[in-house]
This record gives sequence, C-alpha cells and structure tokens, in this order.
Amino acid sequence: MATESQRRHLIQRAGFAGLLLATFATVAPILLVVGLILWRAAPALSFEFLTASPREGMRAGGILPAIVGTFWLTLGTAAVAVPFGVGAAIYLAEYAPDSRWTRAIRIAIINLAGIPSVVYGLFGLGLFVLFLGFGTSILAGSLTLAIMTVPVIISTTEEALRAVPQSFRAVSISLGGTQWQTVRRIVLPQALPGILTGVILGLERAAGETAPILFTAAAFFLPRLPNSPFDATMALPYHLFVISTQVPGMPIDVQYGTAAVLLVFVLGMNLVATVIRSRARARRQW
Amino acid sequence: MNGIKISVQNLSLGYSDGKESLRHVSLDIRNHAITVLFGPAGGGKSTLLRTINRLNDLTDVRHLSGKVWLDGVDVLDPATDLIALRRRVGMVFARPVVLPMSVRQNLTYGRELAGERNQARLTEVVERSLRAAALWEEVLDRLDDPAISLSGGQQQRLCLARVLALEPEVIMLDEPTSGLDPISTGKVEATLQELKQTYTILLVPHSVQQAARTADHAAFILDGELIEFGQGKDLFTRPKDQRTEDYIEGRFG
Amino acid sequence: MRATSRSEYIVTRLIKAAGYSAILFIGLIFLFLLREGTPALFEIPLGDLVGDRWYPIEDLFGMLPLIGGSLLVTIGAALVAVPLGLLTAIYIAEVAPRSARELLKPAVEILAGLPSVMLGFLGIVALAPYLRRLLDLPTGLSALTGSLLLGGIAIPSVVSVAEDALDAVPRTYREAARALGATRWQIIWRVTLPAARSGVLTAIMLGVGRVIGETMTVMMVTGNAPVLPTGLGSLFRPTRTMTATIAAEMGEVANGSVHYHALFLIGILLFLISLGVNLLAARFVFRQRTRAERVLS
Repeated sequence: MATESQRRHLIQRAGFAGLLLATFATVAPILLVVGLILWRAAPALSFEFLTASPREGMRAGGILPAIVGTFWLTLGTAAVAVPFGVGAAIYLAEYAPDSRWTRAIRIAIINLAGIPSVVYGLFGLGLFVLFLGFGTSILAGSLTLAIMTVPVIISTTEEALRAVPQSFRAVSISLGGTQWQTVRRIVLPQALPGILTGVILGLERAAGETAPILFTAAAFFLPRLPNSPFDATMALPYHLFVISTQVPGMPIDVQYGTAAVLLVFVLGMNLVATVIRSRARARRQW
Repeated sequence: MNGIKISVQNLSLGYSDGKESLRHVSLDIRNHAITVLFGPAGGGKSTLLRTINRLNDLTDVRHLSGKVWLDGVDVLDPATDLIALRRRVGMVFARPVVLPMSVRQNLTYGRELAGERNQARLTEVVERSLRAAALWEEVLDRLDDPAISLSGGQQQRLCLARVLALEPEVIMLDEPTSGLDPISTGKVEATLQELKQTYTILLVPHSVQQAARTADHAAFILDGELIEFGQGKDLFTRPKDQRTEDYIEGRFG
Repeated sequence: MRATSRSEYIVTRLIKAAGYSAILFIGLIFLFLLREGTPALFEIPLGDLVGDRWYPIEDLFGMLPLIGGSLLVTIGAALVAVPLGLLTAIYIAEVAPRSARELLKPAVEILAGLPSVMLGFLGIVALAPYLRRLLDLPTGLSALTGSLLLGGIAIPSVVSVAEDALDAVPRTYREAARALGATRWQIIWRVTLPAARSGVLTAIMLGVGRVIGETMTVMMVTGNAPVLPTGLGSLFRPTRTMTATIAAEMGEVANGSVHYHALFLIGILLFLISLGVNLLAARFVFRQRTRAERVLS
C-alpha cells in the first residue's frame, strides 16, 4: 500500500520523465537537422564547389559568388549596424535620463525588433532601392539588413554594459573622471566580450536572412563576383531558396551542399561568439 | 593652525522618492584633523559625504538647499569644476572597489584621467602613494598583478593609495573598514593618524568604538539631523544630548 | 584639457544621436510603408479587401484567406512551440543537472541561429515527403508542415525567455516550500511557475511574434494556395500566409501597380500586428530601476 509520500514521489518521477521527453523532442531534431545536412552534403562538397563560379545554369561548378556575396553583405551590415547599435546602447545604459524621450526610444527599439523580416524587405525596396535610387545592390541590402540587426545589437550590448558593476563607475567619477572617460576606460573594455558576442550573433542572423535581401540585393545567376557596392549579388540564403524551389532538375546533393555551406558559416559564427563569451567569463576581474 | 577646511551651512537634501536625507545640517570640518560622522544606519552620513564631492549629482535628488564651503568657495554652485573638486576631495568607499586592472594601473588611473603621461612621474606616484598608505612593502613585487588578487585589507589600502595618488586636500572615508579583519582595521586607523598631519580627514566609522578611537572631532547624526558636535574626547565621555548618550551606550542602533 | 573636453563633447553628441536613431528608423519604416501602401485603400474598394479571394490576376485582393492562413499556421505553431518550449525550459531551469545544462543551452542556441530558409529547405526535401507518406496527403506541403517547422523556429525564443524567468524566481521561495515538505515536482508547478508567470507569458508572446513574422519557411512548405481555411481539415491542406504572399509576389509586380500597393498594404497590416504583440510582451519585460538605485547599489 503506497503512502502519500511514495505516491507523490512516483508522480514526480513520471513528471520528470515527461519533461525529459519534451526536452529530447526539442533537442533531438536540432542534432538531426545538422547531421542530416552535413551527411547528405558530403558528396557535393569539394574544393571546386567552394571556390568556383557556377556553370550550366547553376547545376555544376561552385557557389563562390554566393559565398562572397554573403560575406560582403555581412560586412556591410556590420559597418552600419555596429556604430548605431553600440552607440545607442551606450546612450541608453550610460547617459539617458528617465524621461519621456528615453521611453520613446525604447518603444521604438521594441518595435524595430518585432518587424517581420519581409516587411524590412519592403521597406528596403521602397527607400533604398527605389526612392534613393541605389537599385538592387549590396548597398541597399546591407542597409536593410543593418536596420534589422540594430535592435538585436542594442539589447545585447546594453545587457553587457549593465553587467559591469556600478561601483566601478562611482570610483572613476570620484577620482575626477568624466562620464565618457569612465565609459571609454572602464565600462567598454569590461563589456567588450559581451558586446562582441552580441554583435556576432546579430550578424549571424543577418547572414542567414533571405526576405530582406529578396528585393534589395539578391540576384540569382551572377557568375561574376561583385566589384562595387552598387552591384547586385548572389547570396547563400537566397541561392538555397532558388535552387530548392525554382530550378527543376537540380541535383539534390548540390542543394544539400549549399545548405551545408550556409550552415557552417552560421554555426561558425555561433562558435566564435560562444568561445569569446566563455573565455571572457574565465578572465573576468570582478 | 587648525583652520576650517570645509564648512557645511544649513544643508538639506531630499531624494525623489520622498526620503528626506539631510535636514538643516551645519558643521565645520577642520584641517589636519580627523572629523568623525557617526550614528545609526540610514541617518544621512553617506549622503553628506557624497554631497561634498558632488557624487550625489548622479542620483535622483529632488531638492538640495544650503551651502558647502570648501576653502571659502561653495561647491554646490552649478559653475563648480566638478573634476577639479573630486581630485581635491577624495573618497574611499565602504567595500574595497578595486578597478579591474593591475595594482599599478589602479594607482595611475586618476592621474591618467587628468592627462598625465610621463611614465617616470607615474612610477614615482605609484611608490609614493603606496608608502603613504603603508602598503608599499607588501605589494612592491606584485605591482602588475591584478588588483583583485590582493587580500581584502590590502585592497582597501590600495583604494586609499589610489586617492592619495591624486594628492588631494581632503580624504573622505565611508565605513572603510567594515569588511576588514581587526589587524587590517588597525593598520588603516594607524595610517589615518599619520595622514591627518597632511590632509583633512572625514570619516564615517562602522562602530562607535572606532569613532571613539579615532576622532579628533565628532558629529552625531540621527535621521538627517546633526544632534551634537564636539571634541572627540569630550563627546564620547560626556555627551551633552540624551540621544547621543543613548546611542553611544548602545541603547539603540 | 580643453581638447579633451571638445572631443568628449563631440563623442557625447554622436552617442546621443545614435540613441535617437531608433526613433528615426521606425519613423522611416512606417512612413515608407504608408507611402506605398495607402494608395491601395483608394484603389481597391474596402469591401473587396475583406473578400475571401486573393487572385491578383483577376484583380481580386481579398486579404481574408491570407490573414486566415497566417492565423492557422501561427496557432498550429504555437501549439507545438509553447508546450515543448515551456517543458524544455522547466527541465533546463529546474531539473537538469549542471553538466546537462551546459550542453542543452548551447543546443537550443544553435536552433535559434538556424536560418529559416534552411529549415524551409529541409521541410521540402525531408519533412514534406515524410508527412505525405504518413498522412496520405497529395503533397506534403500544408499548413501542418509549416506549423511544425515554425514551432521549431519559435522554440528557442520561448525556451530562453521562460528559462530566464524561472531562474529569476528567488531561491527562498523554493526553499520555503521545501521546508514545508513539498516535492520538487510540486514546487515547480505550485511555486516556481506561478511566480514566473509574467515572464513565461512574455516568452509565449515573443514566440508568437516570431512565428507571425516568419516568411521563408512558410513560403517554402505551406503550398502557397491562398484559400480561406475552414475547419480542422485545412490544417492538412495547402495555405498561404501574409508574409509568404509578399515574398512570393513582390518579384513579379510592376512598381506602382495596384498589386504592388496591395502588397505594401499587407506589409502595413503585418507591421501593426507585430507592433501590438511586441508591445504587449514588453509591458511585462520592462523593469526600469531609478538611477538612484543604480548608482548607490
């Protein structure tokens, strides 16, 4: 005859098993996805695939222009998103007073963070491609991706800045430091790993996005490498989209291969960010 | 000889959350002496210190009235050069807060803020301030180690040395020995006795005993009001106000 | 000294400008959406806009099927993401041993980083054929396929925010319950979860917000048929979301045409919907401490 306590512990064990099951259901597909892509892509991944331009309407040759295109788009995004994002975060964390305007800024950031990526694409089309006349270009694509990435960078950077103990700031000010001296000499260096991590994760997202570049930067068959910011370009995510939905007779391992390159690009950034974060944690002096 | 260095005149301060931290406080702080501000927690002692070096500017102060004269100049005047003020009036906080850098860098930080670049001068400053804080012997071979690797007592003396590196005129200490063991506490108190010959010292002690040990002049502060102010020896043996006596005797706290 | 204060002045101004730029960006976005989208309100009779046929070739711009499609897929995805995400968050925060945590959290983060186009790709080549065989569907491209994948995409948002919320519940609550003889299971459901209620709700709303805005995955696996969903069966039939419509049709549309304006109008609608969801979620997340607390703590 089970006692009340025994019954409760039985329920607990069953419950914990259920939680474990749910977690497994969440995590196992992740491993499946990564494994499947890498495994099925193996036949296609050759040196030529990564370094040559495409031939025969994409069905042969390599995807170098797409890799290069994604690289440039990511760089362009960083060039714009980092100054705006980190700057805004510094303002919010170190300077902004508790006022209506500050609240307005925060609301604006929340909204920016929530806008669907395809709506960013529309905006980029309307403003950069058409109104400002940049045309379908790396420039238009990068600017669009950058504005999309700014809210992500702001929130991670602000968190990194706020994690730096307030006491450091008080000490610096009491020694005759100005606000900016304090930020520049103490807060920023201490927050730097966190900021870097956030920036890399933000760029990782930008690199994988398709919708914002659909109408602002991407072209399908451009075997030539881009040589100016006003050129349109191939890009990995867009390339994967087209070859898996719009090119009949596309060899499946080429599709998997493209997916794998994108996956490695994205996971590589993830790894770098994680390494930065854990190394910084170990070397922290507070 | 013992002139008045700082004169607090009818100072009142209230925070934006309604808390009245200081009420019409007036007192004179003399040069080359240790003035002690003691009283129960929350009485406004820290607020008073932070008003003198205008550190309160960073918080939500709703109203502030009165004057604080430093060598005859009101530091509460909006035109005050805050940077210069904070170099003249240094502060040591309750828990040792060493900057996340090496020992040496902690000491040169203040001077570098001021634009000092001469390496020879900086090195000299490092040794001079560590000696003045009675810390030189202990850390001279660890100057490039992270400051966080020092013991608690050493860190606090490092904070004192850091203030001394700026060659201030006034040193304010807010419960500087509250986390320290008795030996470190003794070292800090002894150092203060040395330093008072050169500086003006304003100390918030963490116990009545420390107050009695160190005070040349003492002020009892309760709920934002200055209750009694007098010579150290007299105030602790023959307090004039009943509340002062009650606090010293430990009847409340 | 003078030079330092001048450069400091410039830097401070730049920082402030960066801060206010967020307002500028959101304003620009709203402005341009309005600029290109409001003409549709004049070119298309209002009655048509809420019609149930979206067939631009015949000048039919009824948005109802698209809204219905988005709704269907979102609800389906939420049904996947919320239970799995919450239970996983509870496991990670309350039950998992430290070593497992160090593996699980990065794994979930990896999921968060997977590009939606890649998951859409896998949806086409792996998930859809599987579902087609399993459920005997004509193609595997349906609302269900979309919901499953979107649920997966939303899970990391739910897990990370919910896990933070659970972690933030003070230890003392749990210890007090423990002292009263509760089992860990009971503590989770009767103490920790209720205490983290607002954070958990935020997590759910953020997950939903994520799902509503998804484009590529749905475009690739939901079959792209703008048909008004009716009844439970539509889960197994193709559908079209608002986001997929924009992405799919924008490329073939002439600038300034009615179709073009209609797509921007959908964009405005999406903008407003996600605004609403995210503002609601932010209400709970907003914890502003006064600056006094910050400096003196």
